[in-house]
Amino acid sequence: MKNEGESSERPDNTAFTQQRLPAWQPILSAGIVIPGFLIIGLAFIGIGIGLFLTSQTIQVLEGPVFFYYGLSNYYQNFRKYGVSTDYYQLSGDTQYFKSPQDSCSPYSYDSQNKPIVPCGAIANSFFNDTFELYQIINGTKKLVPLDGKGIAWWTDYNIKYRNPTLVNGSLANAFDGTSKPLNWPRPAYELDLTDQNNNGFLNQDFLVWMRRAALPQFRKLYRRITEGDYAAGLPAGNYSLTVHYNYQVLNFDGQKKIIFSNVSWMGGKNDFLGIAYLVVGSLCVVMSVVMLIVYAKFKFSEDDV
Amino acid sequence: MHIYKPEQEPAVRSLGPENLLLKGATLKNTKKIYGVSVYTGMETKMALNYQGKSQKRSAVEKSINAFLCVYLCILISKAVVCTTLKYVWQSKEGQDEPWYNQKTQKEKDTFMYLKMFTDFLSFMVLFNFIIPVSMYVTVEMQKFFGSFFIKWDNDFFDPEIKEGALVNTSDLNEELGQVEYVFTDKTGTLTQNNMEFIECCIDGFQYRQRDVRSELDGFTVTDGPVHKLQPKAGVEKEELFLRALCLCHTVQVKEAGSEETLGDRLDGMLPKPEEERGFIASSPDEVALVKGAMKYGFTFLGLENKKMKIRNRQNDIEEYSLLHVLNFDPVRRRMSVIVQTRSGETLLFCKGADSSIFPRVRPEEVDRIRLHVERNATEGYRTLCVAYKQLTAEEYMVAETGLQDARLALQDREEKLMAMYNQLETGMSLIGATAVEDRLQEEAAETMEALQGAGMKIWVLTGDKMETAKSTCYACRLFQRGTELLELTVRTLEDGRSKREERLLELLRDYHKRAVQDAPPVRTGVVTRSWCGSQEYGFIIDGATLTLVMNPPRDADASLYRSLFLQICQNCTTVLCCRMAPLQKAQIVKMVKNSKGSPITLSIGDGANDVSMILEAHVGIGIKGKEGRQAVRNSDYAIPKLKHLKKLLLAHGHLYYVRIAHLVQYFFYKNLCFILPQFLYQFFCGYSQQPLYDAAYLTMYNICFTSLPILAYSLLEQHICIEILLDNATLYREIAKNAMLRWRPFLYWTLLGIFQGLMFFFGVRFLFSNPALQDNGQVFGNWSYGTIVFTVLVFTVTLKLALDTRHWTWLNHSAIWGSLAFYVFFSFFWGGIIWPFLKQQRLYFVFANMLSSVSAWLVIIILILLSLLPEILLMVLRKPRGPLSRQKKPGQSNVGGIPSSQSSARPLLMRTFSDESNTVILTDGCCHTSLLQASEGALLTGAVGWDHQSSLTSADLHPLRFNKTQQRFQLESHDSKSHKTAPSRHFLL
Repeated sequence: MKNEGESSERPDNTAFTQQRLPAWQPILSAGIVIPGFLIIGLAFIGIGIGLFLTSQTIQVLEGPVFFYYGLSNYYQNFRKYGVSTDYYQLSGDTQYFKSPQDSCSPYSYDSQNKPIVPCGAIANSFFNDTFELYQIINGTKKLVPLDGKGIAWWTDYNIKYRNPTLVNGSLANAFDGTSKPLNWPRPAYELDLTDQNNNGFLNQDFLVWMRRAALPQFRKLYRRITEGDYAAGLPAGNYSLTVHYNYQVLNFDGQKKIIFSNVSWMGGKNDFLGIAYLVVGSLCVVMSVVMLIVYAKFKFSEDDV
Repeated sequence: MHIYKPEQEPAVRSLGPENLLLKGATLKNTKKIYGVSVYTGMETKMALNYQGKSQKRSAVEKSINAFLCVYLCILISKAVVCTTLKYVWQSKEGQDEPWYNQKTQKEKDTFMYLKMFTDFLSFMVLFNFIIPVSMYVTVEMQKFFGSFFIKWDNDFFDPEIKEGALVNTSDLNEELGQVEYVFTDKTGTLTQNNMEFIECCIDGFQYRQRDVRSELDGFTVTDGPVHKLQPKAGVEKEELFLRALCLCHTVQVKEAGSEETLGDRLDGMLPKPEEERGFIASSPDEVALVKGAMKYGFTFLGLENKKMKIRNRQNDIEEYSLLHVLNFDPVRRRMSVIVQTRSGETLLFCKGADSSIFPRVRPEEVDRIRLHVERNATEGYRTLCVAYKQLTAEEYMVAETGLQDARLALQDREEKLMAMYNQLETGMSLIGATAVEDRLQEEAAETMEALQGAGMKIWVLTGDKMETAKSTCYACRLFQRGTELLELTVRTLEDGRSKREERLLELLRDYHKRAVQDAPPVRTGVVTRSWCGSQEYGFIIDGATLTLVMNPPRDADASLYRSLFLQICQNCTTVLCCRMAPLQKAQIVKMVKNSKGSPITLSIGDGANDVSMILEAHVGIGIKGKEGRQAVRNSDYAIPKLKHLKKLLLAHGHLYYVRIAHLVQYFFYKNLCFILPQFLYQFFCGYSQQPLYDAAYLTMYNICFTSLPILAYSLLEQHICIEILLDNATLYREIAKNAMLRWRPFLYWTLLGIFQGLMFFFGVRFLFSNPALQDNGQVFGNWSYGTIVFTVLVFTVTLKLALDTRHWTWLNHSAIWGSLAFYVFFSFFWGGIIWPFLKQQRLYFVFANMLSSVSAWLVIIILILLSLLPEILLMVLRKPRGPLSRQKKPGQSNVGGIPSSQSSARPLLMRTFSDESNTVILTDGCCHTSLLQASEGALLTGAVGWDHQSSLTSADLHPLRFNKTQQRFQLESHDSKSHKTAPSRHFLL
């Protein structure tokens, strides 16, 4: 009955109800598409050349040099591995120091049933090889100073991760009643013996490690070389790298590697983007030419008719 | 029923269907009645009809289900592949449980097959987003909101009844764009059901009502309302005929005032204008007849106390007491009244279809009248014959008691009554015949032509006579001059030589040979049929023959008959089924509906007798006509006029179909390229069910980021604007047979989704071969990876829709750009805050960090472009075959063309050639060509000036028509525009 009542009135004569809203009706005509393709293609080729050249100029010898360690066949992106962490611990909530979340299992308690802080697989598998780089000048080793600051995301360091509040002015006391992760040589509050501020959950190496890699073959930033004679890059010469080997990779067929690289505006060396832009750009140009030919023929035959 | 009154013998009265007051009946002429309610609650028609209605499912939904099965298979196979590979991969030493990711004791203890099963289920959960659950919500929303556009359409508003279209279901909007068969009722649908008395024939003499409208024959100008022909019938006959018209009906008079003072009218002092008198009857024919009699001087004044009053030509009141009404029914096809004059004579007046009257009157009377009846029928008029009979007192007494007994019979009442009626209605004498015109609906011919142009096959299902129906078909241009008519009626069956069954088979075989085998192999549907070249066929069948076809005497033949019949019908552009019972209409619809390819059927009708076919067809359309609301209530859509069907199908239906088809394909596509990267990621994360995207993105993708643009598209898109759709009916064929939801387009969309999914994933994968993407050398992690892929994904699928949008209203703009803006805003917001309720702050600052990387920007841009590139290319290359070329040559494809306003105003003009000249009947197949030639000859010599008003002999019938065509030709030649647009008139040249 309601319907009848409504429909007895004349429908509204508005543009919307009559489906006559003013509309823009784009037509991709050849006149737009061909120049469009040409312009896009040329622009892409330009960007591609820029990218490619930039990528090619990225070398080790110009500073600042970045020191990466790389792991392969290492699955930081396992799902179980990824959830095996307790964010509340890492944000400094001591309540969770006593009873870590279940997701950390089997890395929640040690054999004495003491809670592990930081718990979980990610923290436990923290990469703990250390490296020292020397330049060999006339047979003597000169230590290249490595800068461990600013290797983790700013927000991770300043906002996301927090140390527990100090107990009696000591970070170690805050970790009372907890156990260090099994794989760690030292507890969290002693990660960096040289710099008191680089300890606990705010250790930059730890933060870098906690940001899980996307692929099983990955690199992580270890140090930057920004100081002294090496601020402008590593001068040519002989170098020696001392590796304190702690980290097991052989039993899962993993590999470790060390990468020295500088970065540009586009990040680290990566030819992919430059090549991709060059390919797509030239594809666009080629297609615009093909379309021009087709269009000319089509138009020609149209005229005949 | 026994009636007891004090001091009287109990009287016995019968109760029959005529005593039943149906729902919605109103009380009049009396203050109160006593009644018993029967059929209440669940037994009411409404409740009984309720179930059958809600089961209509559209073809689109069937396609959705098919696609869903495919995607379900994809989902399962993805999960199976991942589970298998996981265990293959794990079998390698050291992969399953590296030292950095050891299992808990519980996991180690779990039974291997159980682990596999849970892994399988985990993959299912991970990939389940490929099933577009939100599509169902969107489809429902689209249908619900979309149906408002039909209701709101101003073009459907009819100022006469002050109503617009009515949408009873929103489930079938898109089905309107898929109609292949249109079943239409004739009376009230093709025609207006607005009867007008045209002429009568009394005792073999023609009386024609002349008025302004018939100026086309204007040789003679008459001053009076009645033009009497030269030799005319005797006055007694004339008056008897007019009395019969005045008495033999069930019309009631509706007075303006409640009780008109009879005295005034008796004096003749207050000549009330008769035209204002309202008549109410169940059948508009009767009103037309009574009004016709009024014009000839006999006015029916009303029925009071079983007395019918008539004012005759001398302004005297005649009174007749009504003794019995022998009701009309479709089987007898006639009705009678028994009245008694003042002088005590008992008269029986009977009127009915010629076929039912002629056998009951004296044969010598028939011949004179049959001629007129047949001519009138071919002219498209509804003809009725009137007969009468004088009953002697004894005869009446017998009849009286017989009728009384029959009415009171509790068993076989119908049969007994019928027998009694038949017994009474014999030996009558024929007085005359009437012709009533049922005018065509506005723009009926244009509408039908447009529908045919759109590739629909039109079946006219009517209860009317074949001749009447056939001429309506000609008038509606359903049959055209070139149409070869295949007739399968009682008439063609009975040629006397062989038995009906044999003849039927013979005819079926022959027609099948003509229409199916000899016709060039034409694929209907997607391939556009060149319909100018090939021969068109029309098929005519009547109810009796149909019964024979559907239920042949030998069951073994049933399937043969049916398949022959169906194949013939499918190759005919128009099929006319006349003399149909309502149930037969539904039977036909059902048969076509279930035939091969299950075509989409549409029924349109206005009366209660169309309800069964409206309910049976895929789409039922009711016309808000004069025969009550029953059809409207049972329909899916109701429109005020037939002409609205054109816009409903060609514009609304087409658009809805395109919209929903695109919506469905798009949903499957966007979910495929959404989940494919997640699937591919499993190969890089040790098949560990690691999600690529954050949970918030997984949830919001379908709900917020990509739902509004497609909803806006599916409500507002007009890929071709409405005017062009209406002007070019052939455009409808491009979407016929579910063209946009077949496997090919589905495959295209699926491949597109796969291509884009591969692009997204591997593009970012190669970028991440060096994850140091920031200019400060810091590296990106897995959530950055997922966010980059997701950003590319959201932009690509939205821009893909933007590419497809041909009709950008401000709503589309706001939906598309708004969604993208919302995505960016949401990502900032989601990553900008440490959410206290989250266990892991996985996305914290990921999005902002991503945007700080130039490489991420560049990869996003190039991946979006690369993903859309094939689409753009296809669009450009496909262009020449697009609407551009359509506009180039409007003359060829313009079928529904510019509406020529004339034709429906003067529908009779179109009825030029004799139906017989085109009809193919086996026995006189050769003579129809000679007739054609003869007609051309007549045209050349120009038989002008034929006085067609003089009485006609059979030989004169054709020249009369030529005369008309000749005049028509002259008319047309002045009007070159209408000449062009109406191909059916070309034959005149």
